[in-house]
Amino acid sequence: MTRVHDLGVVGGGVLGATVALFAARGGMDVAVIERGALCREASGVNAGTLTMQMTRVALIPYALEGHRMWATARGWLGHDVGVVVCDGLSLAFTEAEEALLADRAARRREAGAPIELVGPARAAEIEPGLGPGVRLAGHCPVDGYANAYLTGLAFRRALVDAGVHLLENRAVTGLAREDRGFAAQTADGPVRFRRVVLAGGVWLEPMLAWLGLRVPVKTLINQLAVTERMAPVMRTVVGIASGLLSLKQYPHGTVVIGGGWQGIGTRETGGTGLHPDRLIGNVRLAAHAIPALADARLARAWTGLEAETADAMPIVGPVPGIEDAYVCGSIHSGYTSGPYIARLLADRILGHAPARPLFPPDRLLAGAGTIGDAA
Amino acid sequence: MIAAVRTDLVVVGAGPAGANAALTAAAAGINVHLVDEAPQAGGQVWRAPVDGVTAGPTPDARAGADLRARLAASGVTLASSRRVWSVLRLPDDQGFRVDCVGADGALSVTAPRLVAATGAYERVVPFPGWTLPGVIGLAGATILLKSHGVVPGDRIVVAGAGPLLLAVAAGLLDAGVKPLALVDLDGRHDWLARLPALATRPGLAVRGARWRARILAAGIPVFHRHAIREAAGADRLDAVTIAPVDRTGAFTGGEQRSLQADALVVGHGLTPGADIPRLLKAETRHDGLRGGVVPVVDRFGRTSVPGLFAVGDGAGVRGADAAVAAGRLCGLAAAHDAGRVGRTAFDGAAAPLLTAAAGHARFSDAIAGALALRPGQVASVPGPTTVCRCEDVTRRDIEAAAEDGARDVNQMKQFTRCGMGPCQGRMCGEVAAWLLALRLGVPRGAVGSFTARPPLRPVAIGDLVGTFSYADIPIPEPAPL
Repeated sequence: MTRVHDLGVVGGGVLGATVALFAARGGMDVAVIERGALCREASGVNAGTLTMQMTRVALIPYALEGHRMWATARGWLGHDVGVVVCDGLSLAFTEAEEALLADRAARRREAGAPIELVGPARAAEIEPGLGPGVRLAGHCPVDGYANAYLTGLAFRRALVDAGVHLLENRAVTGLAREDRGFAAQTADGPVRFRRVVLAGGVWLEPMLAWLGLRVPVKTLINQLAVTERMAPVMRTVVGIASGLLSLKQYPHGTVVIGGGWQGIGTRETGGTGLHPDRLIGNVRLAAHAIPALADARLARAWTGLEAETADAMPIVGPVPGIEDAYVCGSIHSGYTSGPYIARLLADRILGHAPARPLFPPDRLLAGAGTIGDAA
Repeated sequence: MIAAVRTDLVVVGAGPAGANAALTAAAAGINVHLVDEAPQAGGQVWRAPVDGVTAGPTPDARAGADLRARLAASGVTLASSRRVWSVLRLPDDQGFRVDCVGADGALSVTAPRLVAATGAYERVVPFPGWTLPGVIGLAGATILLKSHGVVPGDRIVVAGAGPLLLAVAAGLLDAGVKPLALVDLDGRHDWLARLPALATRPGLAVRGARWRARILAAGIPVFHRHAIREAAGADRLDAVTIAPVDRTGAFTGGEQRSLQADALVVGHGLTPGADIPRLLKAETRHDGLRGGVVPVVDRFGRTSVPGLFAVGDGAGVRGADAAVAAGRLCGLAAAHDAGRVGRTAFDGAAAPLLTAAAGHARFSDAIAGALALRPGQVASVPGPTTVCRCEDVTRRDIEAAAEDGARDVNQMKQFTRCGMGPCQGRMCGEVAAWLLALRLGVPRGAVGSFTARPPLRPVAIGDLVGTFSYADIPIPEPAPL
C-alpha cells in the first residue's frame, strides 16, 4: 500500500471520470475511487438532455462547448453514449410563460445560445408532434440528448484504455492530509495520492467537511419517467419556458419525461419514492405538449439526485487554503456542460491555464463575499 | 380527478393470501380495502371464468366461487379491475398511499397498514425459439383453460417442472385435446422421493395422483428428466426438440427427439412478485427454494417496514393452501396491530392458525423444491439465445457486460438494456441474475436484483393523466436562470 498516485479522484460520475481521463492522458498516474460503480448516480440516471434552453445564462458558453464534446464523444472519449443532435423547442402555453420565455431566450441568446423565438406555425413545422395551445416557442438548433445509462460503460472503457486505476465499490469514509499528499480511508485500507479532486455530486458537502470546509450543498430529488417503445411521435427535444419539462424520443422508441419535478428522499437515503401527484403533473405536461403520448404506456419512473449550492452555481476549482485539493461539482444541468468544465479543471491540475474561468468555492465559505458574483 | 379514500388496511392482490387477509381483518372489525387488477377476486389459482364461460367442477373452481361469495358477504370493500401503479410510504410512519387506475378512473387509498399479496410470476428458462408464437407459459395456458375455456393448439407439448405440468395436461384432456407429450424436468424417482412430504396433504396428493393416472390412461407419452432443447419454426412453432437432462437440469448428451407440434406450453417454476416490499425498501434476501428474492417476514407476514405485510407466493413460493393460512395470520395481526384485537384474543386466534400454517410446511417445501430454478438448466442456456425478450438481450450480451466490468444486475442492465422493456425484468430478471452470477463465479445473491420502481405494472398515460386542462397542472416554480 505504499503506492502514491499523482491524482486521486473521489467520485466516479461524469465530472470525476472526465478529470481522471484528461489527467491520465496528460501523463498523471490517476486513481478513481467510487463507492458504487462508475456513473450510476446522477450521471447514469439523468434525462440525458443536452440543451441550452434549460441552462443557466452564466453557463451557456460552457454548455456550448460541452455540447460539442458530447456530439464528438466517439472521438475524444472513444466510445458511444448514444448522442443525437437535433432541434430543441422551449414552449409557452400561457401569457405568463410567453413573457418568461421571451426574457429567458433573450438572456441566453446574449450569452451565445443560438435561440430564436418562433410562432406556433413554425414550431409545428419543426416539431409536427406538438399539440395545440402553443403561443410561442424558443427554437435552438444546438440541442439533443445522450443515452445517459450508457455513460458508465463508455467512461469505464475510456478510463481502462487510459490506464486509470479504477477502485469501484469502495466507499471513502475520510480524507487525511499527509506529508506527501492525502490518504483516503476505505474499509479495504487507505489509498494515497499527491493531489485530490472531490467530485461527489450531492455528497460534496460531507466530502468538503473532511477538509474542514463547510459548504452547504442542497440535494434535489428529480423525478423521471420513460414510456414503452412506441412508433415515432416526436423528433426534437421539447421543454417549457419554466424549465419544468424535458421530453425526447430515443431512436429505439422510448420517450423520456423529465423536468426536475421533486420526489422524496434525502442525500443520506437517496431517492426513496416518487410523488404520485407530481409524476401525474409532469406526465400531464408531457401529454399536453405531445398529445400522442396519451396512447403510450409508462414503463418506469425513477429519481435522480442533483446537487445545488446556495447560488445554484458550480463549485469547480482549488479548495481554498488546502494545497493540491480541488473540488468539482454542483453544475446546474451539469450533464450538458460537465465534460467541458471537468476538462478545464484537468487543465488547471496539469499546470495549464484553463480556457475559461473556473468556479472557485471561496464565495460560498462563511465570511466570503456576495454569492453569485464569482463566475 | 383522483378519488381519495382513507381506510384502516389496504390489501393489494385478491388471491388466496390477500383475500383471506382482508376477510380476517374485516371480521376483526377494521375497515379494509382490497384492490385487484382482475375483474373478480380469486388470483391465479382461483381465477374466475369470464362471462359466458362455465367453470369445470374442479376443487379450484369451487374454492374460487366460495371465496367470492365470502367476500361479497363480508365488510371488505373490493376494488377490482384496478391496476396499482404506485405504492408510497408516507413520511413519519403515517402509513401508505396506494394509487391505481381502472375503468372507473383513478383511485388513491391511504391506510396505516398495507398487505402486499401480489403472487408470483411465471418463469421460463430460455431455450432457442422460446419467444416464437405458439410457445406459451403453463400459467398462461391455465388462464386460457380456466377463464376462457380455450386450448392453445391442436398438437400440444406440455413441458417444464412442477405440479402445473400435470394440471395443464389434465385440463387439456378435459377440454378434449390430448397433448402429444409431457416433458418433465423431474424423474419418476424425484416424485417418489417427494411422496412422503406430499402425503402430508392427502387431498392435494390424491388430486395429483388422479391427474397422473388420467395422463397415463390417456396414453400421453411422458418424458421424465427431459427438457426442451429447441423450439423451431419459421413464423410460428412447428417442431420441438427434447433431450435428456440430469438432476440439475443440464443436458446429458443423450438421444434427442423431435416432435411436430403447433403449441408448446412450458414453465419452470415461479418467481415471487415481491415488487411492493422491494419498492418500499423492506429487507429482502435471496431464497432459492422460494423462487428468488423474498422479503424477510415474521410468522405473521410483518416486513422490516413498520405497517407493511407481505404474504402468499409474493413473499416466497409456497402454494395456495399455505397462502390461505398465511393470509389469515396476517389479517389477524393487522387487526391486532391496529389495536382492534387484544393480546389474549390475538394469541387465542393465532394458535390454531399457526398450527395450520406449520402443517403446510412439508408439502409447500416439496412443491417449492420442484419449482426451484435448477443451476444446470440455467448453465445450459446457449450464448445466442434471447434472455430478455422485451429488449432482445442474449446470454452472450449479459456475459459481455460482465467482461466490461458489470458486477451487479443493475449495472448489467445499463450496459445491455436487459430488463428495461415493458415487463421491467419481471420475466427475465431471475434467470438474467443467475447468468451474470455464473459468469462472474459468485453466488446468485451477490449480484443483487433489478431495482423496483413504479409503475408496478405498465400504465397507460391516458389513464394516468385523465381529462385535464392546462391550468390543472400544478407546475412548480421556474428553475433559476
